[in-house]
Amino acid sequence: MAFAAFATAEAVPQAPKRASRIGWFLLAPGLAYLALFFLTPLISLLLTSLQAPDLYGDIGAYVYAFNWQNYVDVVSEYGEHILRSFGYALVATAAALLISYPIAYYIGVRCRSRPLLQSILLVLVIAPFFISFLLRTLAWKQLLSDESFIITSLKALSLMAPDAHFTGTAFAVIFGLTYNFIPFMTLPIYTTLERLDTRYLEAGADLYGSPATVFRKVTLPLSMPGVVAGTLLTFIPAAGDYVNASRDFLGGTDTAMIGNVIEANFLVLLNYPAAAALSIILMAVILAIVGVYVKRAGTEDLL
Amino acid sequence: MAHLDFAERGADLELAGIHKRFPGFTAIESLDLTIPAGSFFALLGPSGCGKTTTLRLVAGLEEPTSGRIRIGGVDVTDVTAYRRPVNTVFQSYALFPHLSILENVAFGLKRRKIADPLGLAHEALRLVELDHLAGRRPAQLSGGQQQRVALARAIVNRPALLLLDEPLGALDLKLRRQMQLELKSIQTEVGLTFLHVTHDQEEAMTMADTVAVMNKGRIEQLGAPEELYELPRTAFVATFLGQSNLFTGDVVAGNPNSITVDVGGTAIVVPLDRAAKHTGTVSVGVRPEKVALHRSAPAPDGERNVLGAGRVVDVSYTGVSTQYLVEVPGIAGRLTVFAQNSGVGHSASLGDEVWLSWRVEHGFGLADEAEAPARFDDDTDTTALAAQERAALQTELEEA
Amino acid sequence: MSGVGAGAALANLEAEEVRPLPSKPTRTRRLGFGRWLLPVYVTIAFVFLLIPIVYTIVFSFNDSIKSNIAWRGFTLDKWANVCVVENGAVCEAFGNSILIGVISTLVATTLGTMIAIALVRYRFRGSGAISLLLFLPMATPEVVLGAGLAAQFLAVGVPKDMLTIILAHVMFCISFVVVTVKARVASLDPALEEAGRDLYGSPVQVFWRVTFPLLMPGILAAALLSFALSFDDFIITNFNSGSVTTFPKYIYISATRGIPAEANVIASAVFLLALVAVVVAQLGHAAREKRLAR
Repeated sequence: MAFAAFATAEAVPQAPKRASRIGWFLLAPGLAYLALFFLTPLISLLLTSLQAPDLYGDIGAYVYAFNWQNYVDVVSEYGEHILRSFGYALVATAAALLISYPIAYYIGVRCRSRPLLQSILLVLVIAPFFISFLLRTLAWKQLLSDESFIITSLKALSLMAPDAHFTGTAFAVIFGLTYNFIPFMTLPIYTTLERLDTRYLEAGADLYGSPATVFRKVTLPLSMPGVVAGTLLTFIPAAGDYVNASRDFLGGTDTAMIGNVIEANFLVLLNYPAAAALSIILMAVILAIVGVYVKRAGTEDLL
Repeated sequence: MAHLDFAERGADLELAGIHKRFPGFTAIESLDLTIPAGSFFALLGPSGCGKTTTLRLVAGLEEPTSGRIRIGGVDVTDVTAYRRPVNTVFQSYALFPHLSILENVAFGLKRRKIADPLGLAHEALRLVELDHLAGRRPAQLSGGQQQRVALARAIVNRPALLLLDEPLGALDLKLRRQMQLELKSIQTEVGLTFLHVTHDQEEAMTMADTVAVMNKGRIEQLGAPEELYELPRTAFVATFLGQSNLFTGDVVAGNPNSITVDVGGTAIVVPLDRAAKHTGTVSVGVRPEKVALHRSAPAPDGERNVLGAGRVVDVSYTGVSTQYLVEVPGIAGRLTVFAQNSGVGHSASLGDEVWLSWRVEHGFGLADEAEAPARFDDDTDTTALAAQERAALQTELEEA
Repeated sequence: MSGVGAGAALANLEAEEVRPLPSKPTRTRRLGFGRWLLPVYVTIAFVFLLIPIVYTIVFSFNDSIKSNIAWRGFTLDKWANVCVVENGAVCEAFGNSILIGVISTLVATTLGTMIAIALVRYRFRGSGAISLLLFLPMATPEVVLGAGLAAQFLAVGVPKDMLTIILAHVMFCISFVVVTVKARVASLDPALEEAGRDLYGSPVQVFWRVTFPLLMPGILAAALLSFALSFDDFIITNFNSGSVTTFPKYIYISATRGIPAEANVIASAVFLLALVAVVVAQLGHAAREKRLAR
């Protein structure tokens, strides 16, 4: 699996696997659990997405139907949000990759001769996880609010227009998404780079590759599994996120993403079919993107 | 618990009609083998020849597709691994990393609820001279030390049969030679039956009383080391165990003492009792160190086979000896000659015209035919091929 | 969601322990980036990464009722009276998160470990479908997981409370446990268990005396990962919690009217505890390495 990039232990050749009832005994409880609480809910979601309002019921009461119209409705009503979600997620993923790769390279390759520094930096990369991500996002909101030191300084230096805001903009949402997912991007890339045999780089240099060429032709291709895992770990949750874009956090009135719409429809408007249809659309698009991406990156064996 | 005795002396092992098939390939064609009690028996062969499978069958880690395994006369074919009076020294040593050296050695004794397991474990560690490291973890020991712990962990159980799976493979050359001697002396001391699996012919020859050469899932030849070397019966044995010059031709004449083979126009005589096959097309051979190099044609005397004239195409000096490669017109392949560097100077140089000769009684005749020498050695690993095959078959089965 | 990374990081640290790759002294040939450019860049990146953390910790000492940007003077009151404000709502939410985390971790780690062992050791019909079932929860956005479960509970008529949160958390933790433990099982030399059988250990004895102790670091990492995932989850919890409040949910709800500064106290305390734990683990690991190297 793509996420196996985290688990770096070298696999050793195993004895030929046996078919056995013990195997099923071990497997069955967990799989049953996933069937009950992952697969069935997806089916529920699909059924809900086709429901029609109960004409005689209260708000939030629906009956099972084959109301395909729900999909047409949500796409026409929230098409903008859907596009915005994937747009934000894409930009944030690219930005996180640009920021993370040098960090991962530095820790994984440059710091090899200094294990202590390597350990410290690694701990610092994961340090943000030890604080609730909601609080971290709020911290940025406050650090970059209109009356904050950073923003007032920028305005004093005329680097920002006097009437401009940071919070509530699309830039702020993408900034927040990027910030939150940097560790997700850094760790898998670090894991592959840390295992990179530097003799390959020496061989590349020996074979007349300039440092830039060696990086492009040797280092980068060899770290692809980490890049793929990192981008997936960033893109998937970023596309479905609704905290950063929420108005109480970094978002504004016109930054709502698909996650915000799903949350609002499900928990506030009690429009379950719309929320379900949007969820199904989100999931379908993400699976399609992941499938194509993994295939194009030539890392199918990660799955 | 085990109804089999853990003897003070080793027991004999008997494999009868063993056949082992894995999904996708056959590891052992057909194997009949008896190993007498108290002997040091080596199973020698290239990787993938089935020797490790044989060992695992005896240990109970695999089940034979057909055939019976008897230890000390008791049929253990259906006895599970943990009830067999057999212990293994694994190739990777397989020392438990989470237990101390002492706990590792005492592991088997504790499982069998033997009285005073720690005392016995200390005793076994003293035998391998590692008692002072009893409190350490395996990772803190060197390769050679780990190897000795693995040995102590096995012999402390006094198994009827001790199995050694390439136990010296991970050690460097010098340590390997030292451990060979130690293993041999420990075997003599404890008097257990050792079944040693290796691909290192020198290891097998120096340690074992009896060597069985295995290839492609069957035993090619079995005997004392020098017997195998001096009188190989198959082309595989002749080339796997040391080097050989092999020639193939038709038997053109024979008498009660010898046969004469026509090899590219030259008659080569082989004693009848050293030839496995006496008619038709046969392969005959001679070891390189038995061949003498001459600068002029030696007079035929009936006691020697003579080839020539040929030309020296390669000379390599190896210290104690010099190796010559000689091409002789009419004879396929090149002949190898080892000449002791006991004289002064080379006896021949590159490009020299030379004649080759060897005493008739040094020649041997094979039971099978030698294949034409390959330009490069076939280094395809049969294990790798088998694994690929198996993986392919498995996905096929799963898809079906 | 950020718990994913936290646990992943822990799994990563653990994995390092599994395979002590000798960090060979690399000849520091400058490949690619300039001599100073990279360290400077990395330093800036780390400052960026750590600013919100420093902010949270520093402002947990701010003498202000709500958490905000204006510094009103130093106080230890918030730390001393963390459970007093809003009748202890912060602490109650925190307690709920811990309870849910512990139970979810126990269940998910058990189920996931069983699956991991089964997948490495046994052959199954339709193993492709099984892998897919395990992969999909990780590739599904949390909002979909949350909405799906909520739709399910709604359809069946299950009231949302602590139990539904735990059911949800176990679901999304299992796959991560499987991935983490599977790597450990796959790195386990099968010869070790064979040696156990060879040395007269029955299957049960071999499991508890050889297999389990050797898998322990992986299982522990998976448990930490599960706990981190569960503790920090907001999105899925939000859909399935009903009136129960967890720590992240408390922050989300309070964000509208302003976060009490006590939330910063709890977050800082958790952060410092986790940091200490990781540092101790790393130091212990380093010390062990050193001892082994001797």
